Amino acid sequence: MDRRLQYILFAVWVLALASTPLWGSNYVVRLAVVIAMFTALTLSWNFIGGFAGYPSFSTAAFFGLGSYVGAISERAGIPMVVAWGLATLFTGAFAAALGAIILRLKGHYFAIGSIAVVEVMRLIISGWGSLTGGGDGLNLPIISGGPNVVTRIFLLVMTILMIVTFLITVYVDRSRLGFGLRCIQQNEDAANMAGVNITLYKVIAYTLSALFCGTVGAAYASWTGYIDPTDSFSIIMTIKVPVMCLLGGPGTVLGPVLGTAAFTLLEEVFWANFLDYNRAILGVVIVILIFFLPGGLLGLSYRNVTAGIAKLLRRPKAAT
Amino acid sequence: MNAMGYLQTLVNGIVLGALYACLAVGFSLVWGVLNIVNMLHGSIIILGGYITYFAWHSYGIHPLLALPAIAVLMYGLGYLTQLLVINRVVHQPVLTTMTLTFGLDLILYNFMTVYYTATPRRVTLDLGATNIGGIAIPFDRLLGMAFALVLTGMLYLVMRRSRVGRAIVAVRMDSAAAALMGIKVNRIYAITFGIGTLMAGATGVIFAMVYPVTTNLTGTYLGKAFVICVIGGLGSVQGALVGGIVLGIIESFAGQFFGPLHAMTVGFLLMLVLLVVKPTGLTGIKGYE
Repeated sequence: MDRRLQYILFAVWVLALASTPLWGSNYVVRLAVVIAMFTALTLSWNFIGGFAGYPSFSTAAFFGLGSYVGAISERAGIPMVVAWGLATLFTGAFAAALGAIILRLKGHYFAIGSIAVVEVMRLIISGWGSLTGGGDGLNLPIISGGPNVVTRIFLLVMTILMIVTFLITVYVDRSRLGFGLRCIQQNEDAANMAGVNITLYKVIAYTLSALFCGTVGAAYASWTGYIDPTDSFSIIMTIKVPVMCLLGGPGTVLGPVLGTAAFTLLEEVFWANFLDYNRAILGVVIVILIFFLPGGLLGLSYRNVTAGIAKLLRRPKAAT
Repeated sequence: MNAMGYLQTLVNGIVLGALYACLAVGFSLVWGVLNIVNMLHGSIIILGGYITYFAWHSYGIHPLLALPAIAVLMYGLGYLTQLLVINRVVHQPVLTTMTLTFGLDLILYNFMTVYYTATPRRVTLDLGATNIGGIAIPFDRLLGMAFALVLTGMLYLVMRRSRVGRAIVAVRMDSAAAALMGIKVNRIYAITFGIGTLMAGATGVIFAMVYPVTTNLTGTYLGKAFVICVIGGLGSVQGALVGGIVLGIIESFAGQFFGPLHAMTVGFLLMLVLLVVKPTGLTGIKGYE
């Protein structure tokens, strides 16, 4: 898809989300906040998982770390927005340090290592009761103004975060960094030989993938007013975000946005009708995605779809 | 703690380790041969546990009698899953295969939670404990350990002696060359995954006698399988055995000194360090990326 068209579609989508308080019910506004929040997370994951092609499953670790740093700072009396900034910086620094270590791994080992980080963080946060409240979780100062006002504030916050991550994605997409990351995705050794500073590029991509997860986590903590280790370091979140990105089209600018929107709306429909089966439905979405949409929604083109259907109809005796 | 206490902790660790080896050996085989991280493993253990529990609770079938039937059932389940679903993407990047098995895991997990609920259940055999020179070992654990070792040993023999076992090893070494030698690689993949699932189901039977059966534990078991594979090295029965026993002893002592919650943290941290320092595992058998 043409780049300019992608930017226009994104702008339209942002306007649609941001204008929900004008035309939608509270339920719609809340849904818009969730979509904006997950879009920021998915766009973040796209740096490491989409551009560089590293199977990172550590989103929940950064989200959780951000929410805890934010919550602990707020409880210490630091103003909310400053606390979010602290959470962002702390998460970014943590990811840079961690990335320098675990980005030496490849393939399955990297995937396992990145999941293990989520588990280790959860266990440490649960065990460190004196600072984090352990399994009881932490309460945050309540924001005045009633639930409607609070939802609108966080709609604004999350939309801004979504726009910021999108702008960074656009920049990375067009810059040397994005080019280098795509080289790493295709063939890391060849990229290294061709003079791409692979270690530096990967660490930058990993840090970018963490930075705004930290902010989003902190903002989410302030929004809900309560966090606990199981919710903050959720294995479901750590898989959902890559799935959203794969659904839209990894390594593209608009793909993560599209994937998040499609996934969240789909999930919302199923949540409303089959509450008990929401995990199974996520599973079915994954299976369908992998078999029928290998390039994501953006990878589809009308020509391919019609050709595919024609092939399916014409294939009673296909080979093997 | 006195010397006797240390010895007791060590023995506990070894018993636990034998159970862990049985837990990880199927996971390690699948990872080593198919190059797939089988996120379903934890849920299949629990599925085996549930079937055992209901056979025992509703029909009074002793878990060890149910074991062969469950093993056959699980083998069939794994064989078909691999043949019909996973084989289609088996050579794709990690992100695809891992996400797919995770998706399948979510489906299985969800149905188990709906049908069985997350209430912990347990097969209570009340066998008492034996006391050897002042060291107490509960009989059910001892029995579990014996069965875990027998199963692991049987898998070792199958891999070493049987035609299928040699074919699996050949595919693991070089699937293209194996195909040229007339091995049906896709079938070997399905058989391997079937064996992996069988071992997970059998582990479920053994664990049902020792631990509570609940879907809350699927993630924990999967995590243990990761740790054991990384400690021991991939794709070999010996590796899983070494990894299991090392993790058992470490958890036993860590639980003694830092409390049970931190025992798991220590295991995971050890894994992260080993991943970076020595990804081939302690046994040094070369891993597969």
